[in-house]
Amino acid sequence: MFIYKLKYILIFFILSILPIKIVIADGEFTTQKPSLGKIVSIKEINAVDFVVMPDGDGLPIGSGSVESGKELFTMHCQACHGLDGVNGINGDLSGGHGTINGPVPKKTVGSYWPYATILFDYIRRAMPYQSPGILSNDEIYALSAYILYINNIIDEKEVITQKTIVDVEMPNSQNFIWAYPKKD
Amino acid sequence: MKKKKFNFTFSADNGLVDRRCFLKSGFGVGAGMMVAGANASEGKYRDDWMRKPGSGMGESGPSIHESHIKRSNVASQPGTLGSGASRTPLQFLDGIITPSRLHFERHHSGIPDINPQSHRLFIHGLVDRSLSFSMNDLQRYQHVSRIQFLECSGNSGAMIAPNAPQRDVSQIHGLVSCSEWGGIPLNILLDEAGIKPEGKWIVASGADAAVMSRSVPLEKIMDDAIIATHQNGEPIRPSNGYPMRLFLPGWEGNACVKWLKTIKVTSGPSMTKDETSKYSDLRDDGIAELFTFPMGVKSIITSPSPGLDLLERGIYQISGIAWSGSGKIKQVELSADGGKTWAKAELDSHVLSKSLTRFRSAWKWNGTQSSLMSRAIDDQGNIQPNREHWLKGRAINTFYHYNAIQSWSVNSKGKINNVYL
Repeated sequence: MFIYKLKYILIFFILSILPIKIVIADGEFTTQKPSLGKIVSIKEINAVDFVVMPDGDGLPIGSGSVESGKELFTMHCQACHGLDGVNGINGDLSGGHGTINGPVPKKTVGSYWPYATILFDYIRRAMPYQSPGILSNDEIYALSAYILYINNIIDEKEVITQKTIVDVEMPNSQNFIWAYPKKD
Repeated sequence: MKKKKFNFTFSADNGLVDRRCFLKSGFGVGAGMMVAGANASEGKYRDDWMRKPGSGMGESGPSIHESHIKRSNVASQPGTLGSGASRTPLQFLDGIITPSRLHFERHHSGIPDINPQSHRLFIHGLVDRSLSFSMNDLQRYQHVSRIQFLECSGNSGAMIAPNAPQRDVSQIHGLVSCSEWGGIPLNILLDEAGIKPEGKWIVASGADAAVMSRSVPLEKIMDDAIIATHQNGEPIRPSNGYPMRLFLPGWEGNACVKWLKTIKVTSGPSMTKDETSKYSDLRDDGIAELFTFPMGVKSIITSPSPGLDLLERGIYQISGIAWSGSGKIKQVELSADGGKTWAKAELDSHVLSKSLTRFRSAWKWNGTQSSLMSRAIDDQGNIQPNREHWLKGRAINTFYHYNAIQSWSVNSKGKINNVYL
């Protein structure tokens, strides 16, 4: 038994002093990164970039009135969100003003949302639910205008554009704080 | 043979058995031996399924005897099919891995059927070079894999109701799952694009019909975020973001954008609909907190639990899961007397950061009314709060990030109910 073990120890010893080089066929291990990202043109990026920032960055040129927004709302939104954006089968879009710091807060676009730019961003991304992408930029501004109007944030003669939507003061905008980054 | 005798050491009141005793004794084992009977051949017994060869190999699902183990509460917004959630049946699972078919779902406009050959990931915004990557490109990068939980920040939201909801673990707490997530560290791809000094956040958007989006601080992205392409060894399933999703260890599920298509580096958050109007935490003074990303330290006893009633008095395994979005689980404590006394639970060997951790203990039910609770502590010193403490300072109908202690009441008949203590 001991001799048997000794044989292996000896083989191991001889192997360990031989100048063995492990070669992997035609290649080497590396810390380099593949760097395969393909440079994309501005045009290509614009086609996939939906991001709208609260300062208006990302908003396209366009405009829409409350009046045309009302018509579009009836056609595309009312079935789910109800007449004038309330009591539909899905979320209320207006009402609840002044309830946020009360006993039973009711969150709607008008009572809770901090920026009007979110309307454009979200409608352009996701609405109408069954056929997102069918609305023109002007139509999205018009719907934003109508939803602001039913919340008494703008009056019925107003027109919303890529400039005015940034200036809209949302009633609850001052009541948000950031939990990130954490303050020590 | 002499029958072995155990002296139980109780570590807390009302039947919680000391964890060391639980491990050593291995009780629960040793149910009566099958008596050779009617179909004995040469004195050996064969069950029916031992008397002919079984079925063939290849595709196979779970046992037909376990067909009740499926996602629960599959519900979508009125007029829609894919805008809602389904939940993991936690009370029927063991260990820490959630089988992919049982991983919870929360979608905003259904599950897209994405062709991986045409799908590309775009990185743009405040970068030196706007780049795009094909799936084939991404497979050549060095991957990592980690076992980590994913929890919807709306999980357990039913627990804010004034009366304890009489539902099972899955229905209340089933928006948490745990997988081995594999993919590419996102910092490698962002370094390749070159982040401009003004870049502080990213906005991630999906390729679903809602182009679902969330803003995430660049600090997290560069720390441990991955583009996840694999889940539990196989390509991510469509319901979890095929062919790729953003995965942010420990952070709320909503921010881990599925079907990921674009990452835009920005100077600040975009204030998306979800991060403002939905996943924000409203306080009772009317102030809402945005960007409460990490999921709090939490634990749930999954068994016994509602629906898994006790049929007779005696020894039972208490088993459950604990997790923290801030690190590893350090300790789980159990109470069988409604929080008067506590004992340490045994943790399974896989105690990983930002992962589910399985805990266990033995409990001797003496047939009287009992209240079972678990309380988790993580390695950052965070302690799971009680419900009263959690509710304090929050608006009455805000339910995100609920992580309070769960209590199950066992009545004298062994029926288990959800209770507030």
